[in-house]
Amino acid sequence: MDVHTEPAIETGLSDLPAPQPPSDLTPAILYRTGLADLCWQADSPIGPIFVAASMDGITAVDRADTTDAFMTAYRARFDRDVRFVQTPPAKLARGIERLLAGDRHTPPPFDLSHSTVFEAAVLRKALEIPRGQVRPYSWIAREIGSPKASRAVGSALAGNPIPLLIPCHRVVRGDGVIGNYIFGTEIKRSLLTEERANIDRLEAFGKTGIRFVGSDTTHIFCFPTCRYQPKEEHLQFFHSEAEARARGYRPCKVCRPAVAS
Amino acid sequence: MPEPDLAQRLADDLDGNFEALVLELQGPVYRFAYRWCGNAEDAEEIAQDAFVRAYRALQGYDSERIAALRLSPWLLTIAVNVARNRVRGKRLAVGGLESVDEPMAAALDEPEHISERRELSDRLAGALLELPPRYRAPVILRHVLGLSYDDIAETLEQPAGTVKSNVHRGIQLLRERLSAAVPALSH
Repeated sequence: MDVHTEPAIETGLSDLPAPQPPSDLTPAILYRTGLADLCWQADSPIGPIFVAASMDGITAVDRADTTDAFMTAYRARFDRDVRFVQTPPAKLARGIERLLAGDRHTPPPFDLSHSTVFEAAVLRKALEIPRGQVRPYSWIAREIGSPKASRAVGSALAGNPIPLLIPCHRVVRGDGVIGNYIFGTEIKRSLLTEERANIDRLEAFGKTGIRFVGSDTTHIFCFPTCRYQPKEEHLQFFHSEAEARARGYRPCKVCRPAVAS
Repeated sequence: MPEPDLAQRLADDLDGNFEALVLELQGPVYRFAYRWCGNAEDAEEIAQDAFVRAYRALQGYDSERIAALRLSPWLLTIAVNVARNRVRGKRLAVGGLESVDEPMAAALDEPEHISERRELSDRLAGALLELPPRYRAPVILRHVLGLSYDDIAETLEQPAGTVKSNVHRGIQLLRERLSAAVPALSH
């Protein structure tokens, strides 16, 4: 019998490298138990951003100079503990990637529990605006059943806790003016340009009072950025819904520039 | 070992003190999980699941029961169960002796005696992965985490005598498995 054998195995076991728990372990546990939200850094069309999420979905997107600055602002705004992770929950990361790539049909879950019912309705409606298109504030107001609340829609979008992912930058003034944005009008313009929304044409229309375009073959009128664009030779311009209807045009069922009648 | 009053603090305010429990015990729980499954990704999942289950259990306990808990064995019991249940659902890694993902990457130009020792530690970690669960758990708890037989008995909810003989049998199996490859450890 070799009496040295067993201690060698035992010593070998106790000498095995002791891996340290990864830094994401505690945040992940606190997240899954609902004790804290998570935040992480992500790439976006406007550069690095911070994204935060609860177990119910994404709660916030913001720019910040440092992680601490983001977390401090987050705790103050939402009255929730938040922890930084290197690696975000995979499902949310994939959803964000798809959304930023222009796929709005399988969005990641959003947690809008910090918003009012009205604000949440506005934000969810904004999610329906496709990349490359814009809608006026009044469109959102009408679509959510509060046609007179355009101003409140503006406030709700100004307070959008999840800009970029909930594309409040795709909501503009009815007169074609780009309007305000959480990150500034210039960034709103460059985002829309990058998404290939025809902003120049929209603004030019706005200045001459044109609100809708239509086709004299289909007799359908649309918002100027609707994906169904009449051919140049059939293009008609309207200054109001009343004018379009008076000329025998009906609203497009896709961009819904007016209530179908 | 957790501070003696942590159980009492958890009993008084679970949400306010749960993070302290995680910070206190994530080291041994993760180390157990890592040696159980042999890779960082599964180890992190096991550790996460164990603490989440612990939290949900604590939510259902009254404060007297929480205050009376011996936290370390209690949490390791949950971790062992989580790890075992995963193994049932998941295919074990094949070729354990070679495929162990060690946290320290082997340096190419290190002295021979160090690389030999690392090779031995890789083989040992690999052999550990191939131990049947009933031996693997007590061997890790005893010789990797350094728990007493009484604590292991409590963790595994087995008599201390059973634990002792399982640890002994586990060590024997490890020796047999390594003896062919590493003459220094053979009879």
